Amino acid sequence: MSLHATTSQTVGPYLHIGLIWLITEKLAPAGVPGERVSIQGRVLDGDGKPVNDAVLEIWQADSRGNYGGKRFRGFGRSATGLDGAFRFHTLKPGRVPGPGGKMQAPHIGVNIFMRGQLKQLVSRIYFPGDPANAQDPVLALVPARRRATLVARKRGNPGVLEWNVILQGKDETVFFDC
Amino acid sequence: MSRIAGYRRPAAGTQPEYLFPPYASTVKRAPTQPLVMLPHTQTELTGPVFGYGEVKRGDHDLTKQHAGDPIGERIIVSGRVLDENGRPVPNTLVEIWQANSAGRYPHRVDQHDAPTDPNFTGAGRALTDKRGHYRFVTIRPGEYPWRNHYNAWRPAHIHFSLFGQAFAQRLVTQMYFPGDPLLAEDPMFNCVPDERARNRLVSALDWETTIPEIALGYRFDIVLRGPEETPMETKKRGSR
Repeated sequence: MSLHATTSQTVGPYLHIGLIWLITEKLAPAGVPGERVSIQGRVLDGDGKPVNDAVLEIWQADSRGNYGGKRFRGFGRSATGLDGAFRFHTLKPGRVPGPGGKMQAPHIGVNIFMRGQLKQLVSRIYFPGDPANAQDPVLALVPARRRATLVARKRGNPGVLEWNVILQGKDETVFFDC
Repeated sequence: MSRIAGYRRPAAGTQPEYLFPPYASTVKRAPTQPLVMLPHTQTELTGPVFGYGEVKRGDHDLTKQHAGDPIGERIIVSGRVLDENGRPVPNTLVEIWQANSAGRYPHRVDQHDAPTDPNFTGAGRALTDKRGHYRFVTIRPGEYPWRNHYNAWRPAHIHFSLFGQAFAQRLVTQMYFPGDPLLAEDPMFNCVPDERARNRLVSALDWETTIPEIALGYRFDIVLRGPEETPMETKKRGSR
């Protein structure tokens, strides 16, 4: 049997009604091993205006590179506020295999939903200063001048990272055809 | 962990592009740079699992969330979640949200001059059973105006959000009602060229799930992306 996947439709402006019950901004309970990181950022549209009606979902491995553990599920959901800001308090994932068994650099998968998008945007968050980034098989597919949009930046306090979603323009975030 | 190589890419004309000017909000929000093709790795081939710790047994009944009954026509919305290979997707989270029977959402952004209903929030959750079935009890949502173009009205619809079993299967869509004359004018419904794909967003009146004297049933089956079906071994043998 061969079917076609159902056509994607926008979440629309009222997405909060259906999605806020599962807001998960703190992913790592006390006692779960791993380096704690807070990732915060803003979503900005083609006019540079904050997008106040987006939902971001993240999916990541635990610090040992395992997905879907009992104590660390690795799923997060955050809704942007009036300033377009979102945040996740999580841990830095371990490395997981990529194409051809080649190890990937630590990264977080991101799905972004909003009014004005008929299907979700897919992106990734990588970690600043990680030597594995230079050999990452997925970053290698991204034009060199745009790679930095996928790497979070250090901000102020240790463990605080900034990663923004720029929808259009010269600093446009890299989005994937997933 | 995962034994599949990747999920199928969409058939031509069945999934929307990001930029679709008839839906005005896409213009400032669609990417302008080319997308980068993402190979499906463990990150894309796995996904979160949800259970009854989160979804409560009554979460599927949107008519029983408040002290009184909501105003409107009670309906049953049910169906199966399958993948493109026709296999049921069991134990997967389905989230829905919708307007009330007057076409109004209880949301700060919704300024449509229609009454809110204190007995209707319009949000529900369910997990599919082991054969991929889900079921909601709700009320038929109303149509409502929006400002996309002059005299724009959304057809009655219910928003659906599904996780499937992998990051790459995540799907958000909308279910419509059969025979709605507003469908022909709706930019969202008409966002893909494939007419059959569009029509699969329209539910069917379903006598099997209709409860006599109580509620009409509407059936809406949902298909998530399926794994590529060419195991390495078969390929090798075939090439000899």
